[in-house]
Amino acid sequence: METAPKLGRDVPPKKDKLQAKRKKPRERKNPESQRSLSGAQDPFPGPAPVPVDVVQKFCRIDKSKKLPRCRSKTRNRLKVAETEEEETSVTAARSELLLAEEPGFLEGEDGEDTAKILQADIVEAVDIASAAKHFDLNLRQFGPYRVNYSRTGRHLAFGGRRGHVAALDWVTKKLMCEINVMEAVRDIRFLHSEALLAVAQNRWLYIYDNQGIELHCIRRCDRVTRLEFLPFHFLLATASETGFLTYLDVSVGKIVAALNARAGRLDVMTQNPYNAVIHLGHSNGTVSLWSPAVKEPLVKILCHRGGVRAVAVDSTGTYMATSGLDHQLKIFDLRGTYQPLRARTLPQGAGHLAFSQRGLLAAGMGDVVNIWAGHGKASLPSLEQPYLTHRLSGPVHGLQFCPFEDVLGLGHSGGITSMLVPGSAEPNFDGLESNPYRSRKQRQEWEVKALLEKVPAELICLDPRALAEVDVISLEQKKKERIERLGYDPEAKTPFQPKPKQKGRSSTASLVKRKRKVMDKEHRDKVRQSLEQQQQQQEQQQQQQHKQEKAKPMRARPSALDRFVR
Amino acid sequence: MKVKMLSRNPDTYVRETKLDLQKVPRNYDPTLHPFEVPREYVRALNATKLERVFAKPFLASLDGHRDGVNCLAKHPKSLATVLSGACDGEVKIWNLSQRKCIRTIQAHEGFVRGICTRFCGTSFFTTVYTGIDHHWKEPLFATCGQQVDIWDEQKTNPICSMTWGFDSISSVKFNPIETFLLGSCASDRNIVLYDMRQATPLKKVILDMRTNTICWNPMEAFIFTAANEDYNLYTFDMRALDTPVMVHMDHVSAVLDVDYSPTGKEFVSASFDKSIRIFPVARSQSREVYHTKRMQHVICVKWTSDNKYIMCGSDEMNIRLWKANASEKLGVLTSREKAAKDYNQKLKEKFQHYPHIKRISRHRHLPKSIYSQIQEQRIMKEARRRKEVNRLKHSKPGSVSIVSKKKKHIVAVVK
Repeated sequence: METAPKLGRDVPPKKDKLQAKRKKPRERKNPESQRSLSGAQDPFPGPAPVPVDVVQKFCRIDKSKKLPRCRSKTRNRLKVAETEEEETSVTAARSELLLAEEPGFLEGEDGEDTAKILQADIVEAVDIASAAKHFDLNLRQFGPYRVNYSRTGRHLAFGGRRGHVAALDWVTKKLMCEINVMEAVRDIRFLHSEALLAVAQNRWLYIYDNQGIELHCIRRCDRVTRLEFLPFHFLLATASETGFLTYLDVSVGKIVAALNARAGRLDVMTQNPYNAVIHLGHSNGTVSLWSPAVKEPLVKILCHRGGVRAVAVDSTGTYMATSGLDHQLKIFDLRGTYQPLRARTLPQGAGHLAFSQRGLLAAGMGDVVNIWAGHGKASLPSLEQPYLTHRLSGPVHGLQFCPFEDVLGLGHSGGITSMLVPGSAEPNFDGLESNPYRSRKQRQEWEVKALLEKVPAELICLDPRALAEVDVISLEQKKKERIERLGYDPEAKTPFQPKPKQKGRSSTASLVKRKRKVMDKEHRDKVRQSLEQQQQQQEQQQQQQHKQEKAKPMRARPSALDRFVR
Repeated sequence: MKVKMLSRNPDTYVRETKLDLQKVPRNYDPTLHPFEVPREYVRALNATKLERVFAKPFLASLDGHRDGVNCLAKHPKSLATVLSGACDGEVKIWNLSQRKCIRTIQAHEGFVRGICTRFCGTSFFTTVYTGIDHHWKEPLFATCGQQVDIWDEQKTNPICSMTWGFDSISSVKFNPIETFLLGSCASDRNIVLYDMRQATPLKKVILDMRTNTICWNPMEAFIFTAANEDYNLYTFDMRALDTPVMVHMDHVSAVLDVDYSPTGKEFVSASFDKSIRIFPVARSQSREVYHTKRMQHVICVKWTSDNKYIMCGSDEMNIRLWKANASEKLGVLTSREKAAKDYNQKLKEKFQHYPHIKRISRHRHLPKSIYSQIQEQRIMKEARRRKEVNRLKHSKPGSVSIVSKKKKHIVAVVK
């Protein structure tokens, strides 16, 4: 006969009654040797091996961080999450097999120096579609050019110092628009897609359509020297001669922040694609890092002995390359220590720097362009021997690697050159992020989704994963530091102010009585605490005394010299 | 020299004809997808806001009764059929999908106190002065009045009568899983559990105030929830009645009826303050509150067997049909809609503790009467708590015992 289970024996612990069974980490099945009908055995038993570094790429949990004390339920959930992350990173690493394209390469034979290989040789040796990617536009009339590729790498915009602005699809060589804005053009940038262009003209900032129609003239941004577009925040950052760094939200049309950099004329600017922080280079040799949420720079790094002339950050946000008036080219580590990892003296200072998606560094020094490469993707480029060099017809004024093509776009005083750099670009793009082959419908849908998940500007900080963490320790640390700095605790309880009451309960006597009541209570608490502390101290002393007595050797008889013993 | 340039064949990336699907190659490398955490956070915020935008739970009001609706019963085999008994003795059978009354029967001349359906779905029972419940598997039913009687359908006399205590019993419920167990609520503030096979009461728990009804959890055999007059609901484990598993506190007036969802994870409660609340079993706060200006004191509530709808019968002669998940889209969803819905659900769950998102998802509009009652009761509870704390502080340590909030409402357990 069934009976309800007796209390105390069969009843499960009360906490677990209504909660779901604790999820245990999944156990793997034993890889027993599979036998087929014919009796043959699998010559490669077990799951296929996966390279460890590829699995490491997909891991996101930082296992070196120590967790604060937490309950066993939370600890179990974290264990389950860690096991799941291991499994998913292995599956993601296996899915790399499906990537269709391989990166390009250029190798010299028998100790041949790749730097001595000319662009013409590469064009001859390579297939016809790639050869068409190398072109030279001779535009001497309208001044040195600045170039910008759109985020998908399909469209190119350039602006000349004497007002020539054009945008084209450089793969099919189809011109979208070509206008002369009748004013000096200092910088040009595509906004989130190829439909909109921002042009920093002599006086103000203008926004044009890709058909050349002027849409906006933003007079609050005056005398802008450099532009940067932060794609996931829809922010256009402008650095001006007046020393202001202004952030303009192009989706809403508002200026989010106008920060005074207090360092004179701002000439050198770049963005960190990993965390959307703006790097400004100054004439006293420092590079400062800015976020629109904070009025002061986040970090200031002393890089060079003279002024900084160019800054570039790689796509993973690990390395920053700077070059200065002291003819040095240095690469700094941005994650952790802000120390220089590599340095090299150049015969002529590099005025322009750019990183490619796979970690190649291009430097424009006068009319010569040098490209340095590392070993493998996203590794630190070694500055010993350049990978490729190219000489142009005029001094370089702007350079950028094309996002998903092995091409470096150069703007110089003689026009535009597109240079072939095998192995510079990421071969496999993600169709949902930036797809160079997207149709109009796909672009429209991508634009809507990107606007919906636009990250607010307040979330820009040095660590983009900061939102995912529980920051208990630094909060307490900040409190302690504040108390030290100010000398008192600003959050300590303010002295009790009795609330004014109606109907004669607010007379002086009753106010005093109420205050006294609270003071007495606090006094009582303090006395109790101090009594407890005293008791504890007494107990400790007694224990110590006991220990000392035990340690002292036992004397047989007291002697007359005892009183001289210390 | 050996050279190879990255060159893509456009044919592998562009679709051939307009009738094909677009080709979307994927690369899951994290460097190609920067700002993962902030973008997911913004998507979670959007999902929470949209959930509030689409939260339109009211579906229909079934009109037709000529007096307040006193009890509801679900048909065990048909999802669309529901029976309701009114205070003038009328019993109506409704079809929920057509939202029409199929049949009206003048069953009694007084209040229809209890109504229940037989497990095969072919017949139903109604009573006037007592509560009634039918066995889940056998042709037996139980009524309560002065004592709990178990009847066989074919016989005129009850098989057995059980009683413990002196006052009248207001409701009785059979356990759906351990079908020989019964629970009843009496006017002398106790809940008594009976075993039908031994024909004796098992144990009882005495609370502070009277329980209106109980409801057994359809998934856990030993859990039941009691709807009490002191504005709370108590979930008990039958094996340990001295502490409730959870005290659910959110109503501002007496709780009149409670019904479990078929998943056993949530239940809905109807209260004398003119609202119904949905509580998760494991939490003491409600996740949802439904109210309308036209809905007066809610007497009975039921959760339909497909876990999607809630029906409540109220004082003003209407039966209202609500959605159990207020922002759910009804009907057949396409696979893309399902995928988007699952993704949004997971996002909301992942970011539920962030302050902005928590504030938006918890926000509900309440009628002024309920809102002001909540403020007043909070002040009263705070005053009581403060006095307790003072009493504890100013008395000799050990002389005043600390009673947990859960145990406070239980007076005694008797075996």
